[in-house]
This record gives sequence, structure tokens and C-alpha cells, in this order.
Amino acid sequence: MANTTETAFVRKEMLGAKEPPLTETGIVKWARENLFSGWLNSILTVLSILFVYWVLAHILPWMLGGIWDASSLTECRAIRDEIYGPDASVACWAVLTERWNQLLFGFYPSEAYWRPVLALVLFGVAVTPVLFSGIPRVFYALTAVAPFICYWLLWGGTIWGPIFVALGFVLGWIAFGVVSKAAGSLAGTIAAIIVPVLYWLFLDAPITGALGAAMPIGLEYIPSKDFGGFMLAFIIGITGIILSLPLGVLLALGRQSDLFIINKTSVIFIEVIRGVPLIVWLFTASLLLNYFLPPGTNFDLMLRVIIMVTLFAAAYMAEVIRGGLAALPKGQYEGADSLGLDYWQSMRLIILPQALKISIPGIVNTFIGLFKDTTLVVFIGLLDPIGLSNAIRATTDWNGVYWELFIFIGLLFFICCFSMSRYSQFLERKLRTDHR
Amino acid sequence: MKKSVFLGALTVAGLAAGVAGAATLDDVKARGALNCGVTTGLVGFAAPDANGNWDGFDVGVCRAVAAAVLGDPMAVNFVPTTGQTRFTALASGEIDLLARNTTWTFSRDVDLKFEFVGINYYDGQGFMVPKSLGVSSAKELDGATVCIQTGTTTELNLADFFRVNNISYEPVPIETNAEAQQQYLAGACDVYTTDASGLAATRASFENPGDHVVLPEIISKEPLGPLVRHGDPEWGDIARWTLNALIAAEELGITSANIEELSAGTNNPEINRILGTEGELGAMLGLDAEWAKRAIMAGGNYGELFEKTIGENTPIGLARGLNAQWTDGGLLYTPPFR
Repeated sequence: MANTTETAFVRKEMLGAKEPPLTETGIVKWARENLFSGWLNSILTVLSILFVYWVLAHILPWMLGGIWDASSLTECRAIRDEIYGPDASVACWAVLTERWNQLLFGFYPSEAYWRPVLALVLFGVAVTPVLFSGIPRVFYALTAVAPFICYWLLWGGTIWGPIFVALGFVLGWIAFGVVSKAAGSLAGTIAAIIVPVLYWLFLDAPITGALGAAMPIGLEYIPSKDFGGFMLAFIIGITGIILSLPLGVLLALGRQSDLFIINKTSVIFIEVIRGVPLIVWLFTASLLLNYFLPPGTNFDLMLRVIIMVTLFAAAYMAEVIRGGLAALPKGQYEGADSLGLDYWQSMRLIILPQALKISIPGIVNTFIGLFKDTTLVVFIGLLDPIGLSNAIRATTDWNGVYWELFIFIGLLFFICCFSMSRYSQFLERKLRTDHR
Repeated sequence: MKKSVFLGALTVAGLAAGVAGAATLDDVKARGALNCGVTTGLVGFAAPDANGNWDGFDVGVCRAVAAAVLGDPMAVNFVPTTGQTRFTALASGEIDLLARNTTWTFSRDVDLKFEFVGINYYDGQGFMVPKSLGVSSAKELDGATVCIQTGTTTELNLADFFRVNNISYEPVPIETNAEAQQQYLAGACDVYTTDASGLAATRASFENPGDHVVLPEIISKEPLGPLVRHGDPEWGDIARWTLNALIAAEELGITSANIEELSAGTNNPEINRILGTEGELGAMLGLDAEWAKRAIMAGGNYGELFEKTIGENTPIGLARGLNAQWTDGGLLYTPPFR
């Protein structure tokens, strides 16, 4: 090999990876693929962007330029004329600065605002063990007493009222334990219902009255007519949501039951309640009941509305859960039976956990619907946020304010409903076991 | 069988209502507060302020009655009622007095078994149009689109008016006054029709009230007044004569400014009888001698109340018109206190 020539160049190491072309990476690639992947799509994208710009160009200056400090619409307009000139269109948020407390709390006395706020915080703490796993079990005790504390915080009055009403539940529990050992679980269940009811009817009021007179510990009593705004929507909505779920489960099980009377009662209840619009039930609660109750009975309108809303939501809930029950294969029921579980055990340990998991989207859907339906109480004269917006508009100061109030109300409702929706999606992900 | 059960239940309900109707005065005194039904909000007539205190022309009647009966104009539980719930609330005893711009009609008085105790505002249905439309009379509105609140008597009055004048219109149904304002300003309708007081209040809330005119035609009679249940004439008398006392006070020149001075005694026997320094009018009603004095002091006489809530110096700016004293060419004419 004499005539070896020098090798011109041999690469010893690999070339570094080149930057991908500008059009194949990052935002440009994404935009090309998702926004401009053809002439038709490009045109549509441009048109959409123009539309969004057009909408924002009208709304944003109106919202951001809004006036926050004025005592009436006239004053708002005067300030606007000064700043922007007479033809500008800006929001008058001043109505919110002046009336936000009414939209949130209704006519609740302002020195007692801490009470509903504390009740809401307490409610938030009390539901965490139910909503999220991994919370110490002691918190369930708080969950059990929270309804009574919340009631006492909201309405006030003597502290003995809620305590001795709660005692009824304890009595029922004791009665169940004692009687079911002696005479079987059916007799135990009946005793667990009868004993507290007798106690509430005959013993509760005298004891509370006597103790209230002897040891007057309590908060200032605030009547239901002072409740309003979002507080009212929250109380009706949350109570309805909490009570309608167990009631709905019972109704759904009742509808599947082989026992004739239970089955037919559940079917009739569900179909009658579901077959009539909510607004009709609200009118029934507010108008018709008055004629049939003995004169002089003061059956709180808000309580009547809560009962109606709960029953209405329970009927829908029952059907949603029945869908979940129907989706379970027969083998699950048979498996539970073959393990020797009795009816309640099989429901509690095998059937319901699966059925409820399947029904989560439907259940939350019903919750959201129920929460928004609380605005219907405006038609029977309760001052919910919509009702209060009418009342605020009826003062000479704010007559003519329109969108500002509705935007505020819509925003608050959106926050609540969106949170519920996100939580349900979190729950679905957490409970997903099918490795899809 | 079912029918008889239902009828039986209705009878019981009727009896119960009758029992509830008796001795309203005692109930109110025992409760220490008057349950007064008002609207959920109507500009000038009833609305809560930022602190939750109700104020307005109808509210003034509630306060006057509370002052006469209980001695405290603030001892009123205001029960907001809607058009649908107001009559049941009164019939079932939930409220003692309904002061909610309710038109006095035959069927409400006779068939629904209520007792209108007087008229505190003479209203009537009118029309508002943009000035640019160039219309000066409602009879020129042929072919116009009209914003109208559904389910009210105004809807029927409108149909009658256009048929009588043989002209056509296209209704734009709307639900509330606030919605009507938006629709009308957005040009969804040429004309907005409702009670004249409502038109004035709506117009006053516009950016440029001068661009809109209220047409001169008033096409219906809407005598608005407070009402009570049938079956307790004594309570009805108290409400009626409290309202009359406010009207008579204006006629006789009793104002909240000079009432203390006048109640020391005057040469006018009727003033003395109203203010309780002469005669026993209060005792005849089952009240004390100073009932009317307190009622007048609650919010002033009729004229003062009117000026303060809906009169020409308020943003609503209603003229007295039909609601002036009979001596000034209006319709207010109270029977004598004798």
C-alpha cells in the first residue's frame, strides 16, 4: 500500500442534533396543526379570532373602565361624563360596592355576618372527611354535629334547642341497639323511629323551654324573613343536596324492592314528584299549605321550601341512582348473596359503592341543577339573589342598573357550579378502577 | 267520594280562614308587629334601602297603620309578595294588611272576599314612546310594536284600546319592568305601556329622559289601594280611617311640622277630633285617643308622604294630578271625622 493517500476527513464524533425546523416545533407547529391546517381552517381561525376580538373589544372596556365609587346611577353617569365623556359606555359597579352585603346576606343584621360565614367555614371543614379520603376519622364526629351547630349559628336562639333535638337522634340510636338485640332488627328499626318522634313531640319543647329559662345561653334569634341573597340560595341548596342524596338512595332501593308496598310507594312518590314542575311544588308550599294548616300555626316558609326542594331533588336522585343500580351485572348481587351477606350488608359493602360510582356524573348534575333551581323561590316572594336584584333596582338610586347585578350573580353561581363539576371529575379519576 | 272529601277539606279550610280573620287587632297587638304585604320592589312605592329598611309610598301606609295601632311606625314585618302570592297571603292570614299597588276591582273585592279600605293612588295605563318617533297621540300608533308585561290587566286594556280605535299593534311580551326598560331602550319595541307611575319612574331612570315622551292618553282606571280580609270589619275600619286621617290631615293643614303645636288644641273642631283632644274617635276604633296623631307623625300627611316618595322633587317626579285634594281639583275626598 505505497500509494496511500491521506484521508481528507473522517468524523470522529457524531453531529449534534439540529434544531428542528421552525415550522415543526413549539407554538408554530401547534398553530399550524391546530389552527391553520388548510385554507378553510385558516379562514375560520381568522374569522373566529376577529369575532373574539370584537366581543372583547366591546365588553372589556365596559367592564374594566367601570365606576366603583358612587351612591346612585345618576352619580355614576356624572362621574363617567367627567372621565370618559358623555357617549362612553362603562359599567356602574358602584351598585355592588354599595349593595354587595345585601346580595350576599339579604337583610341579615350586619353585626351578625360572622355567623353565616363561620357556619360556611364549619360546613366546609365538616364535609372534607366525606369528600376526601385520608382525613383522620375523628373528623366524622365534627361532621355529625355540624348541622346542629350550623343551624344554631344561622338562626340563633337558645343553644339548648339544637342540643336537645340532637339528643333525639342519640335516643333513636340507643333504642335501635336495645330493641334490636331483644326483638330483631325490624322491631329495632321501628323503635328507632318511634322513640325519637315521641321524644320530639312531647319532651323536647318543655325541656328546652325550662333549660332556656334557667340557663339562657344563646345567640340573638334571627327570623327566616331576614335571610336572603346568596345565603338563602346556599342554605336551600346545601340542605337540599345533603338530604336528597340519602333519601334518593332509599327511594332507588325502594323502587327495586320486591316488597309490594315499599315498591309501589316509592314508584308513586318518584313519579308524582317528578311529573310536576318544581315551581308548582313551590307554589304549593307557599300558598296551598296555608289553607290546610290550622290557623295560627307558624310553619316557616323557608322550611317549607327546603322540604319541597329536597323532595323534588330526591325523586330525581332516585332515578339517577337506579340507573347506577341497573348498570351492575347480576353477578354482583349473586356474589353478595353467596358470601352470606344480608340485604343491608350487601348493599352497603358491594352494590351501592359500585352503583354510586357509576352515577357520580348524574348525581353531581342533579346537585348543580338543584343549586340553580333555588333561584325559582323568587316567584313566591323570597328574596334570593334574583329577587334582591329586583328590590335593589326598585330603589330610586339604582333604578336602571341591569347587567352589573346579573353579571355578579352569574359569576357567583358559576364559581359554585364549576367547583362542584371539577370535584366530580376529581372523584371519577380517583375512583377509576377499570384501567381504561 | 273523593270529591266530598275534597269539599270537606275546603270547608274546614274556609272555617279556619274565618277563625283566623276574627280579631286581627288583638293578634297584631299580641304579636307587637304588623304583618304588612308589600311588593318585592316597585320604584317609589316599596323598596328596601342598603340597610334593609323598607321605604316608599305603600310602605308609608303600613307604617301609619302600625303607628296608629302599636304606637311604633317601625313595628312592621314587611312580607314581600309577588303578583301571584299576594292574595293567598292575605286570605290565609299570613299578612294583616296588603299595601301593594293593587287595583281595586269588582271581582277582587267581591269574589276573592277582600275589603279595599280606600284608594291611596289613582293610577292609569299610559304609553311611552321615543320622541324621535314623532307621535303625539296614542291613536297614531297604528302598526307599532308594543312592549307589554304579560299576565297583567294592562295586556287586556291594551287589546281593548286598539280594537276600539280600530288600529293594529304587535305585542312584545316581557316579564318584568327591568326587562322592559332594556327591550325598549334596545329598540325591540316602539312603545312601552304600563301604569303611568311606572312609566314616569322608568323614564326617570333613562340617560336622556328628554328623548322620550309619555303620551297624553290614559286608557284605563287603576285605583290602587290597601286591602284587608273579609270578616273583620273592625280591623278594616282601622285601616280605612288611618288612610283617611292622612288624607284629611293634608286637607286640614296638619303636617308633621305643626302637629305638636296643633295637638295643644285649636279652634277647628275637626282637627281636634282627629288629634284626639276632642271627642272619642279613638275609643270607637278600639284604639287610644292619639292614634291618628301617631299615624300622621309616622311619615307626614298624605301630601308629605307623596312628595317624599314619588313627588315632583324625587327622581320619579310624579305630579299630583288626580291624586290632589278635591279642593285642588283632584279626587282625594275623605269623609268627615265626626
